[in-house]
Amino acid sequence: MDALPSLHKHGSSMASNSSGGGSDRQRIAQQRLRIIAGHLRRPVDVDSTILAAECKAQDSKTDVSSEGKTVPRRRQEIMKWNGWGYSDTKFLFNKKGQAEFTGKRYKLSGMIMPALKDWLEDTFGTNLQHKSPATPILTSSAVQPPTLNEAFVEELKSTGIPFSHDAEDRVFRAHGHCLHEIFALREGKVGRVPDLVVWPNCHNDVVRIVELACKHNVCLIPYGGGTSVSSGLECPPEETRSIVSLDTSQMSRILWIDEKNLTAHMEAGIVGQDLERLLNESGYCTGHEPDSMEFSSLGGWVATRASGMKKNIYGNIEDLVIRVKMVTPQGVIEKSCLGPRMSTGPDIHHFIMGSEGTLGVVTEVTMKIRPMPEYQKYGSVVFPNFEQGVACLREVAKQRCAPASIRLMDNEQFKFGHALKPQVSSMFTSFLDGLKTFYITKFKGFDPNCLCVATLLFEGHREKVLQHEKQVYDIAAQFGGLAAGEDNGQRGYMLTFVIAYLRDLGMDYYVIGESFETSVPWDRVLDICRNVKLRIIQECKDKGVQFQPLASCRATQTYDSGACVYFYFAFNYRGLSDPVHVFEEVEHAAREEILANGGSLSHHHGVGKLRKEWMREAVSNVGMGMLKSVKDYVDPNNIFGNRNLL
Amino acid sequence: HYNQRDPMLKKRDDFEDVLEERRNSSDLRYALRCYTPVLYKGVPPCKSSMLKSMVLQSDQLHYVISQVSKETGRKTDEVQEEASAILDEMAHCQQLSTVRFFAFTLSKVFKSLFRSICVNEEGIQRLQQAIQEHPVVLLPSHRSYMDFLLMSYLLYTYDLTLPVIAAGMDFMGMKFVGEMLRMSGAFFIRRSFGGDKLYWAVFSEYVKTMLKNGFAPVEFFLEGTRSRTSKSLTPKLGLLNIAMDPFLKGEVFDVSVVPVSISYERILEETLYARELLGIPKPKESTSGLFKARKVLSEDYGSIHVYFGQPVSVRSLAEGRVNRRQFNLVPRHIPGKPGEDIHSFVNDSAYKLVRAQEENMVLKPWVLLASLLLQNQAAGPKEGLPLDELTAQAVWLRDLSRQYGAFLHWPDQMTPSEVVSSSLSLHRGLVRICEGKVQLAVEQGLAATPEEKLLNQAVIVLSCASYRNQALHVFLRPALLASAIHTASSTQKQEVFNSFSFLRNMFSNEFILCPGATVQDFEEASYLLVKTGAVQVSQQEVVVTEGGHRTLAFLIAMLDPFLQGYQVVCRFLCEEATETLTEKQFIPAVRKFIIKHLLAGGLRYAEVLSSDLQKNSLAAFLRLGAVQKIKGYVGFDHLECLVGPPSRAQNTTL
Repeated sequence: MDALPSLHKHGSSMASNSSGGGSDRQRIAQQRLRIIAGHLRRPVDVDSTILAAECKAQDSKTDVSSEGKTVPRRRQEIMKWNGWGYSDTKFLFNKKGQAEFTGKRYKLSGMIMPALKDWLEDTFGTNLQHKSPATPILTSSAVQPPTLNEAFVEELKSTGIPFSHDAEDRVFRAHGHCLHEIFALREGKVGRVPDLVVWPNCHNDVVRIVELACKHNVCLIPYGGGTSVSSGLECPPEETRSIVSLDTSQMSRILWIDEKNLTAHMEAGIVGQDLERLLNESGYCTGHEPDSMEFSSLGGWVATRASGMKKNIYGNIEDLVIRVKMVTPQGVIEKSCLGPRMSTGPDIHHFIMGSEGTLGVVTEVTMKIRPMPEYQKYGSVVFPNFEQGVACLREVAKQRCAPASIRLMDNEQFKFGHALKPQVSSMFTSFLDGLKTFYITKFKGFDPNCLCVATLLFEGHREKVLQHEKQVYDIAAQFGGLAAGEDNGQRGYMLTFVIAYLRDLGMDYYVIGESFETSVPWDRVLDICRNVKLRIIQECKDKGVQFQPLASCRATQTYDSGACVYFYFAFNYRGLSDPVHVFEEVEHAAREEILANGGSLSHHHGVGKLRKEWMREAVSNVGMGMLKSVKDYVDPNNIFGNRNLL
Repeated sequence: HYNQRDPMLKKRDDFEDVLEERRNSSDLRYALRCYTPVLYKGVPPCKSSMLKSMVLQSDQLHYVISQVSKETGRKTDEVQEEASAILDEMAHCQQLSTVRFFAFTLSKVFKSLFRSICVNEEGIQRLQQAIQEHPVVLLPSHRSYMDFLLMSYLLYTYDLTLPVIAAGMDFMGMKFVGEMLRMSGAFFIRRSFGGDKLYWAVFSEYVKTMLKNGFAPVEFFLEGTRSRTSKSLTPKLGLLNIAMDPFLKGEVFDVSVVPVSISYERILEETLYARELLGIPKPKESTSGLFKARKVLSEDYGSIHVYFGQPVSVRSLAEGRVNRRQFNLVPRHIPGKPGEDIHSFVNDSAYKLVRAQEENMVLKPWVLLASLLLQNQAAGPKEGLPLDELTAQAVWLRDLSRQYGAFLHWPDQMTPSEVVSSSLSLHRGLVRICEGKVQLAVEQGLAATPEEKLLNQAVIVLSCASYRNQALHVFLRPALLASAIHTASSTQKQEVFNSFSFLRNMFSNEFILCPGATVQDFEEASYLLVKTGAVQVSQQEVVVTEGGHRTLAFLIAMLDPFLQGYQVVCRFLCEEATETLTEKQFIPAVRKFIIKHLLAGGLRYAEVLSSDLQKNSLAAFLRLGAVQKIKGYVGFDHLECLVGPPSRAQNTTL
């Protein structure tokens, strides 16, 4: 294969002092003599109080398999090529016709969900007899042979940075997780894919790659965790240059932790679960937990303006980032200090955050960290209806006492949550469940077709958590809310990670779906929820969808002035000749409805190519011009040519 | 290009007579029967006290109250109280018992007045469906006081949610009746409240609260008032604006608007309207007056047809027309003047809806007879039209009107002469048959002065004209084209179009002509005339065919009274109104002028005496800039005569 045990061990030892290093390295590549000079270069100022990590190259073996890393270069070793997540984990109907979640990775793994079958049948009109299975194996013949820029490849080889033009590797990096992308893969259809995948190992590798790309006019598309849902990773079909996917997954080290200032410096390819796990080992966390955190990367978060579930305590990515290093065709952009706030003109971080890979590659990030919370407690509240629930969330936001996470699911999602309840182990639990249901619906008079649930997560010092909890439950009570226990809350959060696997099950049975999000002022939350759901239902009807779709929503984040709302939408596509087209039309209409109702184009998924058409209206002509001029300056030859955003 | 469906193929529902059952079963049992209407999202009707407090506590009203208080220096409490008083004056307090009372009484009244009340039941089913899905606005046509009682009666009969109805304050003059109407679901709005912010806020919030929550269908009259002429009136936009607002601001997913066409074979207020139009003052609505009107109870008013049209989704009307995002940047409780785009959207929608009302208006044979008799009368001092000739003409006109898409109820099981004589007998107050000849019942020799005689004549003519007017919408566009062909200086298509466009523009205060739809109307008119073989239209020319002259003559004659009317008003303005004139003086002065000319024999159409026409023409001249309004006065700078090449006339705007 490709990974040569080569030079780049040398010049690239540290993250700091990089720009000078970059130009030196150019000379190294051209002249053997300079290698020695490179050897002599040592990091200038390594802060003695921090844990330093080196930019080590892969060992000299050509094998590229993982070395204890969560994400190996060959993602296909552990992940599905045409669905969500780990290969060993999926929903299926076992021989008894019961839904089962396979694998060992999750709490729900290995469990049986007896109610799921009925829920699927009732909600979508599906039938287990009618399957729509995916193409099991990717046939290489379906993938176009790579268009290689020979000169680029030659020079790349000389750098020793591993790369591949294997079909599987390329297909893996040609998509995110939009419905149309996965649907096409399941049908074995592959469109334009990158011609080459390259795995830089550190910042300087990236500098090198970008230089070469500029030199040879090659299109670069940065790739982090591959969890994009905005068509952000799709290769522009009109791109005629050779496309190189720059996979940051091997740049996944924590370079240092600074306990005095509570910051940490990481390579941008680290995925969320590794970041948390490794920090936890030192007693810290970032608290940044997007739903995709198992797979999404730090660089991806920065590039898309990500938001985490516990942002109420820790903040969103823009609140967490102290310093970013991004490699652009014009060179490296970075700030010169670690000050907590600056008044130095417009914040250049805001050109980087949300740039969606159009300006460069984020290579390193300094981020705030917090000591791990002493105590965590889940909770849940049942409300008689969604309106009351929203009113409660609004009040919580007004009093600024939101727990680490507070999410309000509508009735449809509440029912869906029930469908995912694993088989109860004892008579006693099932009896208790029955009793609870009886209490809520009969004694308290909640209509099971209206009630909805809020899930809560509290974090912090034990006493404060308990105090906080009481405050929130008191507010909930004012809006008719009844505490519904820790289990319900915990299960709600656990489902977050599991739910993504469920779409693959649906797709096995003619059900396609997607989630999408927005943010909206408080006074419009109810209106937007109602109108978007009804719009989805109406559009499906108009477009010949036989069975009424699932249209459901939840408020997932609260802010002072508004909330983030998540919509789920899925339908049974039997009888439709072009289901993806129908799906996209409905999704488009839903976004129009969101915008008409005062919602934003995106709260945290980003724009990508999927929502590009609304961008100008979202930021005005002048705003668009500003962004364009930045792009024109930073990347005049459109090396970062994924064509997102603008 | 004009590619609308052939109007003849327009599919319409069948009718059922609701009185039939009333004649066969107990009215009392009917009035007391179990009433369980389907509800919007299962929302039960809201108690009026609850509704009032919702309105008073709304953010919208709070905002305006504090604004008014700031502006006037009055205390908020005081303004709040005023708002509350306005609401008390306005609010309905619908009670089922009153509705039952009306159901009982009206059954009796209707049975004695009308032969039948026919309703399209499919329309009722559609309405029932619509009520469950979205808030509903009912838009009946308005030709009679009877309209809204009739509407509520029908909704009760079909077990539908009773509407709340916007009614003019004039009813409140009738103490007892006003309260009764209030208890049956009417709410009262002042006729004018120009700059009264508070009033507007209370009023719009009241309507929106009912609509948003879907408590009950909201009913109002797009035309604003009863049409005295049976022509549809230019729609008023205020309430429609309010009704569309919750959708535009995203407070509801959609609003269904249901146009309802109520057609009376004989209008109760027939001659009353004629007198009013002639300036014989309108008796103020009073309870005692209503009882005096009892004599109407003994007469035969034929049948009523009520057609519940296809519900129109405001959402689909707005699709691609309105950018709803514009409402996202200002808190929704702050009142704002709708922008130009919203105004034009509401205006276009209003025209569409009035046209939908017109299209489903049932026309009786008498409407055609009235048209023919009026034309005959205007043609000269003849002894009337021989009955068999009238019948033959009526059959010809029946076929023509059907080809033009009229919703004509011509009893095909009867012979044409039977149809004609039964129509004539129902309207014997307006026609006379003398020695086999039919003519209008214009009285001879009874009146003291020639002027009185003329006015008496005019009452009959205007009454007849009001029936002819029911069919105007069917013939309007072809008639405009026919007149355009007639007046154009050549057969060049462009010339004809210019002439058409001028006439259409001129008459857009008179008839329902959607703004900006000139080309569409021209194409529609050409299509109809070509289809019936009356004209041939080539790329360049519009030529009348040999057989087309009869149709064209009829059509031209249809429009002629209006054309003459506008001309005479024009002449008045040129000849008499040399100095400025107040608006109040205008009608009496122009009337005097017209009477003079009618008596002198220079003018043939007594219907030009209609104040409706005079007002409309003045409005048109104002719009066209031929006349100017100065500080409440109407100032006439200069006016060129309208006869002559249209293009020149259009350029005379000052």
